[in-house]
Amino acid sequence: MISPEQMIGVSIGLPLLALALIFLFGKHPNVREACTLIVSTLLFAVVCGLAGHVFAGERPEWRIGEMIPGFELGFRVEPLGMLFALVASGLWILTTVYAVGYMRGHHEQHQTRFFGCFALAIFAALSAAFSANLFTLFVAYEVMTISTYPLVTHHGDQAARNGGRVYLGILLSTSIAFFMLAIAWTWFLAGTLDFKQGGILADAYAEGRISHTQLGVLLGLFAFGIGKAALMPFHRWLPAAMVAPTPVSALLHAVAVVKVGVFSVLKVAVFVFGIDLLHTTGVSVWLAYVAGVTILLASLIAMTKDNLKARLAYSTVSQLAYITLGAALATPESVIGGGMHIAMHAVGKITLFFCAGAIYVATHKKNVSELRGLGRAMPFTFAAFFIASVSIIGLPPGGGSWSKWLLAVGTAENHLYWLTAALMISSLLNIAYLIPIPVRAFMVVPQAGTVGTESEPAPEVPRQWNIQEAPGMCVVPLCVTAVLSVLLFFAAESIYEVLLPITTEG
Amino acid sequence: MIANQLPVLLIVLPLIAAPLCVLLGSRRMAYPLALIVSWCTFAISIALIARVMQTGPIHYDLGNWEPPYGIEYVVDYLSGFVMLFVAGIGAVVLAYAPRSVAAEIAPGKQTMFYASYLLCLAGLLGMCVTGDLFNVFVFLEISSLSSYALISLGSTRRAPLAALKYLILGTVGATFFLIGVGLVYQMTGTLNMEDIAARLPTVGGPRTVLVAFAFMTIGLCIKMAVFPVHTWLPNAYTYAPSVVTAFIAATATKVSVYAFVRLVYSIFTPQFAFGLLPLDTALSGLALVGIFAASAAAIYQENVKRLLAYSSIAQIGYMLLGISMANQDGVTAGVVHMFNHAIIKGGLFMVVGCFALRLGSVQMEDWRGAGKTMPWTAFAWALGGLALIGVPLTVGFVSKWLLLTSALESGRWGVAILMLCSSLLAIVYVWRVIETLYFAEPSEKAKQATEAPLSMLIPTYAMIGCTLLFGVWTTYSAGLAGRAAASLLGGAP
Amino acid sequence: MEQVIGLFNYWIVIFLMMTGFYIVIARRNLIKVVIGLNIFQTSVFLLYITMGKVTGGTAPIIPPRIVAQHHHADEHAGAAHDSLAAETTQPAKSVAGELATQTEEIIYSNPLPSVLMLTAIVVGIATTALALALVVRIREDYGTVEEDEILALDIQS
Repeated sequence: MISPEQMIGVSIGLPLLALALIFLFGKHPNVREACTLIVSTLLFAVVCGLAGHVFAGERPEWRIGEMIPGFELGFRVEPLGMLFALVASGLWILTTVYAVGYMRGHHEQHQTRFFGCFALAIFAALSAAFSANLFTLFVAYEVMTISTYPLVTHHGDQAARNGGRVYLGILLSTSIAFFMLAIAWTWFLAGTLDFKQGGILADAYAEGRISHTQLGVLLGLFAFGIGKAALMPFHRWLPAAMVAPTPVSALLHAVAVVKVGVFSVLKVAVFVFGIDLLHTTGVSVWLAYVAGVTILLASLIAMTKDNLKARLAYSTVSQLAYITLGAALATPESVIGGGMHIAMHAVGKITLFFCAGAIYVATHKKNVSELRGLGRAMPFTFAAFFIASVSIIGLPPGGGSWSKWLLAVGTAENHLYWLTAALMISSLLNIAYLIPIPVRAFMVVPQAGTVGTESEPAPEVPRQWNIQEAPGMCVVPLCVTAVLSVLLFFAAESIYEVLLPITTEG
Repeated sequence: MIANQLPVLLIVLPLIAAPLCVLLGSRRMAYPLALIVSWCTFAISIALIARVMQTGPIHYDLGNWEPPYGIEYVVDYLSGFVMLFVAGIGAVVLAYAPRSVAAEIAPGKQTMFYASYLLCLAGLLGMCVTGDLFNVFVFLEISSLSSYALISLGSTRRAPLAALKYLILGTVGATFFLIGVGLVYQMTGTLNMEDIAARLPTVGGPRTVLVAFAFMTIGLCIKMAVFPVHTWLPNAYTYAPSVVTAFIAATATKVSVYAFVRLVYSIFTPQFAFGLLPLDTALSGLALVGIFAASAAAIYQENVKRLLAYSSIAQIGYMLLGISMANQDGVTAGVVHMFNHAIIKGGLFMVVGCFALRLGSVQMEDWRGAGKTMPWTAFAWALGGLALIGVPLTVGFVSKWLLLTSALESGRWGVAILMLCSSLLAIVYVWRVIETLYFAEPSEKAKQATEAPLSMLIPTYAMIGCTLLFGVWTTYSAGLAGRAAASLLGGAP
Repeated sequence: MEQVIGLFNYWIVIFLMMTGFYIVIARRNLIKVVIGLNIFQTSVFLLYITMGKVTGGTAPIIPPRIVAQHHHADEHAGAAHDSLAAETTQPAKSVAGELATQTEEIIYSNPLPSVLMLTAIVVGIATTALALALVVRIREDYGTVEEDEILALDIQS
């Protein structure tokens, strides 16, 4: 078949092919959608093939060449990036199906631009996942910011413009002012930007070219510069981006954009600083506390939000901070837990967003307070919501329980018991702001006039089940992902084994 | 045979074609002549740089008079690089010109326009390739005078006023430069750049040399529009016809920067300029002030041409920052930013010209919602704007990255941080226009507009496409600039 | 005193330069500004031209008798010299060099600065002509050549 090196090239190239095909067939929606689905399925197949090689221990490489004299674009696949790539490419298929249902059900405009930018964003995600050095990662990171802007501002009205301003403003500012500076500083210290097992800064620190405090500052520049990880106080872009249509929110903000952020944080922690350096110097402890504060604060804010998407956005902020916490704790368990959480959270959160979108398409309701009794009309949706919530909260049989467990172990290993407490409290808060939604939907008797679409209000209180779900293309993906979040619970051990090499390779 | 005469043909061709344009009498014949000549000039410049890359710098003696008594033309990596993009932009903008010129310049003056354009091109190219210091002054004045005339062709009554202001300030600058040349001649007895460089250290009386250097620097600073002697630029760019702004904004200031680089690095040596005088601190300080002040001013502009004019002043600051670093990466950054900014600004002003043609205005008020009726033009603005901000995969990123690494290499942390912060200002003023184009309700003019004509769109996209192409494939932009920087810092001009 | 008397040309240059520059900066009438620019440029011409004068130097023209002597020497040198002179690749400098050595006893002023200033004067004329043409246009458009009135008219519109 094709070699692993070629697989890298193919998987980066396929989304670009999709982009071209989408614009080519923009006037024929069915052909256009078919192109995306075919290409995304092909992509997933290739990525799975590549995963077979990478998880068996190979590290395929593909160096493109120098973009700027002295700095090259290159790709080198390792398990963490492979996991991210699997998640992104797999969920692209499901989101496309969902998006077709949503966009058509909603008669949205500019669908060609929508699907095209989607493809471009997936291209950026895969480029980031496979990047061999900080330079490539930065390029992919920025491409993702720019390609998702038209998605966030899709509706083109004042609200979209304002949301887009916050989105772009925060992401570009942090990446230019902090991330770029941090990368240049790293290059200045280490002479290279390549991701290496054990990090590239150890020598500089040993030789005294960077002091202890400066190392902390550098870490801070990375952590806050990678604004997509939504670490407080640079998290405001995430709720602001909820002006986007829900499929955008689903893939990009539950999976691609935010995951590039936390993935970058993990890569920086493991392959630039090195777990050993972080652990022995303890420079990341402050970051662990910042992450802990973010976890708690975001959960608290989520509880106050009535708008469902806003609530889910703050929930994402909180969950992303888990992964940052994992990176900051700098032990093998916590790092693997963080990596695992990328997959668990992705699947769980995308289900929740799919449900939110389905509810909106079917009933035009956006707020939690309006969802009472809706379960009787949309049982699949709310059942999926419930299952995914369990995973997000961190209870078995949701997959999220394993990643939370590993993170808690990491906090205990570092004797940061306040953080262990924070993790526990946040789980309780998660229950508080997630569980009532499906519970109220199923248990509470619906009020008159709250069930049914706007065009035909229910005349009186029906006690029987009157199923009026969102279009099939919306409901099927969310059921699939909900089931997936449970399946991942059982797959957690394999994920652990697969990720183990990143912490141990010499 | 002709191959040996290429350096002088580069200048002679446009110089002779210029009066021919007027003599031919009709604008229907003047334009094709001008177009053919400008593309031939571009072809000549490509041939020259190709030869330089193969066999090293070319020295051409004018009239076979040997230097230092005769004037020689020197095409090396730096002058070849600048010559290449000046000729290229001259050719592309002229290909774009006819519709815009027809709309903005009075019919009777169009032949004069083409003649002045060619003269300006000849003057700028001459400034690039000459190896004689007084010749620099001559070509400087040729290009300046023709650009004053070009600017005055604008359609409003403010155009001649802006041209006059530019003339006064520009002549003062050129005269300062001339004074400096005279003092250098007094001290060394020669006008040939290589010869001066050889003789300068041995001459007594450093004060005269200092004064000469100061005069020349200040004269060039006026032409480069360095803060605070930049005041001629906003009006000149705003009130000139769109084609003129596109050409001059992309080339004139850059060639003056080139002259400055030659002055500092080839003739006076960095040890003198940066060692004896704290020119690097002064220059980077002025540059940073200019960057912030100009970017801030750009944010508040309602006239898009004025906005881009202030943006240009800021970008000149980046070039000077790079040059003041005096290390390989810094000079590379400054030199490559000359090229990068030239294509970015050239492209953006060409987009402005397209909008001006269809909407009849360059006020943001009238551009509202034009993204819907003129999608390709608006998309070109978006791409050029991204390049201006410095997003990766565009040329702007290459310059910013090189500047950043060179600043860190020389330990100038403040410069690095300030430079990054100033990029954020660029995001604001670029995005203001994008939001106006895409997110506002269409204005009256925008509703009636149609897409810009292909004859203007294709050259615009060629230029904007270059901002993406050379952002990824930098062998000939940053690569050449790197070689130029190496030869400059190595000592030999 | 030596400084003052001996360098009187530079004093005049400076005086003219400052006068011209002052007029450019301080005067509000556009025509006066153009005149000021002219004076400023003239000072630079003087700088160069006076710099070319060598103490005790005469006009830099080779006396005819020496040219004639050289011609005789040429004819007697023979074919080799002729063919050398005929080749276009022989730089003109060496011929001049020969003459120069023969005229070493005569002190010449430097011709080069004056030649340079010929160019500069032409540039100055072109600048002045262009400036005045612009002023005429401005007068047609605004009705005045006073800068403050023009500014007021611009602010109004």
